[in-house]
Amino acid sequence: MEKQFFAETASLSRFVLRRDRLRIPIWIFAFVAATLLIAVAFTDLYQNAQERQAIAETMKNPAMTAMVGPGYGLANYTAGAMMAHQMLLMTAVVVGLMNILLLTRHTRTDEEDGRIELVRSLPVGRLSNLVSALLVMVLVNVLLALITGTGLYALGIETMNLEGSLLYGAALGATGLIFAAITAVFVQLSQNARSAIGLSIGFLLLAYMVRAIGDVGDEAISWLSPLGWILKAEVYVNNYWWPVLLTVGVAALLAALALYLNSIRDLGAGFLPSRPGKMHASGFLASPIGLAIRLQRTGMLAWAAGLLLIGASYGSVLGDLESFFADVDIMQEMLVQTEGFSLTEQFIPMLMSVMAIIAAIPAIMAVLKLKGEEKNERVEHVLGRAVSRNRLLGSYVLLAFIVGFVMLSLAGLGLGLVGLSVMEEELALGMFYRAALAYLPAILAMISIAVLLIGWAPKLTGLIWLYLIFSFVVVYLGGLFQFPEWVVQLSPFGHVPRIPIEDMNYLKLLLLTGGAAILAALGFAGYNKRDIGR
Amino acid sequence: MTILQTKGLTKKFGDFAALDGVDIEVGKGEIYGFIGPNGAGKSTTIRVLLGILRATEGQATIFGKDVWKDAVDIHKRVAYVPGDVNLWPNLTGGEVIDLFIKLRGRTDKNRREELIRRFDLDPSKKCRTYSKGNRQKVALVAAFSSDADLYILDEPTSGLDPLMERVFQECVMEAKAQGKSILLSSHILSEVEKLCDKVAIIRQGKIIEKGTLHELRHLTGTILLVETRQPMPALSEMKGVRGIEEKGGALSFQVDTEELDNVIRYISGFGVVRMESSPPTLEELFMRHYEGAGVGGVS
Repeated sequence: MEKQFFAETASLSRFVLRRDRLRIPIWIFAFVAATLLIAVAFTDLYQNAQERQAIAETMKNPAMTAMVGPGYGLANYTAGAMMAHQMLLMTAVVVGLMNILLLTRHTRTDEEDGRIELVRSLPVGRLSNLVSALLVMVLVNVLLALITGTGLYALGIETMNLEGSLLYGAALGATGLIFAAITAVFVQLSQNARSAIGLSIGFLLLAYMVRAIGDVGDEAISWLSPLGWILKAEVYVNNYWWPVLLTVGVAALLAALALYLNSIRDLGAGFLPSRPGKMHASGFLASPIGLAIRLQRTGMLAWAAGLLLIGASYGSVLGDLESFFADVDIMQEMLVQTEGFSLTEQFIPMLMSVMAIIAAIPAIMAVLKLKGEEKNERVEHVLGRAVSRNRLLGSYVLLAFIVGFVMLSLAGLGLGLVGLSVMEEELALGMFYRAALAYLPAILAMISIAVLLIGWAPKLTGLIWLYLIFSFVVVYLGGLFQFPEWVVQLSPFGHVPRIPIEDMNYLKLLLLTGGAAILAALGFAGYNKRDIGR
Repeated sequence: MTILQTKGLTKKFGDFAALDGVDIEVGKGEIYGFIGPNGAGKSTTIRVLLGILRATEGQATIFGKDVWKDAVDIHKRVAYVPGDVNLWPNLTGGEVIDLFIKLRGRTDKNRREELIRRFDLDPSKKCRTYSKGNRQKVALVAAFSSDADLYILDEPTSGLDPLMERVFQECVMEAKAQGKSILLSSHILSEVEKLCDKVAIIRQGKIIEKGTLHELRHLTGTILLVETRQPMPALSEMKGVRGIEEKGGALSFQVDTEELDNVIRYISGFGVVRMESSPPTLEELFMRHYEGAGVGGVS
């Protein structure tokens, strides 16, 4: 009987590890490195209790509670308490994401692509695949917990003791395990990898939001979310271990449920009914741009929600800015001091520049999708019919432009609306919106450079991302590192007037737009001349 | 009337010549078979014809227009089915068919439904769930629902079952009956033999033989099956005789057309009991060109 279910589980586990021998170490390294760097950065940034206490004050507003969880140990906000309070939840969410992606990759994705069928035709147990994937996830999460925990302790920061550090790691690992188990259940329920990942990530976001609502309002609601449990560990303050045990226990039950469901279903089947799709295309799906929108709809809606959220969360801290900046030296260095403007007003252009760079990501993705379509040999279906290359490329450029515009608008309005509701200062919503839209020409420039690459060097389209990272570094950190002005101006984002501390400069924006148009035209010319798909 | 014509079509990828002076000509109402092994240059030729790849040298015209410059105009009257049909995994087959039909401009609703029925396709499924054969059906339904004047089909049946292959052949014959032209690239030789009026054989980017099947057979020779009372000792040494095989007391061999007369005279001296002659199959033709010649190339 045992053989029926579990034969060759060990070899399959080794095989999973072999396939992910790079992927898993990279994930773990990224988590450990980020955690340790941030811990060090916190202690460097806030060197005395006074500065930390000032931060503790800013943490007392509901927006921060919703974002990072309820404050604890705020009365004595040590470096450890600060680290756990501000970073644990965010890190745990990403750990959850890693578990979702890794587990689906080795279960439903393999099943959908027919690889599990091959494996199952060998003398291998019926549950061996799922068990081996789960075992690997246990190993990954345990390693993550131990390395993060000992690493934090090894930093030798006074308030980060051994128990607290191990608990910090364990909290991350336990969150990882429960999301691996939840994903294992969703993998049984849905029939394809895409919707298994969608459901699992949806659950992760729901867990985050339920916890946010509970933490701000009725604490009982937070108990519904596994992310809410983990925060009850109060790492580095009270060091409760029971939330970790509770989480691991529930994870084990869920894993058992997943195994049971796997044992009673057919290979390739799911429990959720797969709806029959549409027999006919809607009138919308009748042109290259209709297709471009349809293909990217879901992703772009997610980005839109994300930018609105980013704008809103930046907005939520605007109210506390004045007191925050008064205490933090490094932030004052990053801002160019300008007479006649409040700190908040000076801070807005910096927030805008960051949000504009984030808004550029979906816009660039929208146009680069055409490259992906070419790589997947689907462009020829369109070009093989009565569609010119100009029309095809033009559709993706138009979509990218609209995406850029919508993303900037949402970020600006999110920042403005939430900001105004928490600020005492009287600022106009229109000012926020103008500050955001001033970046549209810079995003256009990024889209145009992407078009230029698609037209002339389709293999090098990845360079646009390097350029965006460069833009981020010079614009965001430009003040801190004192880059010369010409370096900042190498990025289109460096040419945008910093509203409200600078006036709107239409000429500059017009020139930027004109430059973008020329680059785009060159890109179109190249796209019309080159081979497709080679 | 010429529908499609290439002259000295050459396509180089770097130093490698994928096509080296390809000349083909498809007339109105003609089914033109384009055969050769994988990597010989069939798909490259077709992609040049579609204006997706740009020819390095030579000319290619469809409906008298340049395939590169007038691609959009040409495509309004062309239907194309690729050999490897890659579709969007999250659209349904029905949606893709409609999209394809709309991107061409003209549409015929009844024809679409009829073809979906004939090809036995479930259009409500997402493309990610389709097998290779079903993805090909999507492309075939979209192609044959459109009222095109030229059909360019690149190994369209490689994933179809025999029943569906027959439906495909019916569709091709119906199109021909309506005076449409078809360029059919394939390596399923029986299919080409059944459907095509003319054939071109491509090897390593060069057309090595072309013409009507009748002409090609004439060029190649005749297959003879002969039973004689006395053995024919010198048969294997005779000029123009190849591939001698013993078949149940008789000998089967191929004779070049120009030597046929000599060979028959020789045979008649040994007391012919039985003699059958047949044209070579396309496969025999094809193999003759490929055997010992280093098949294929790089795609």
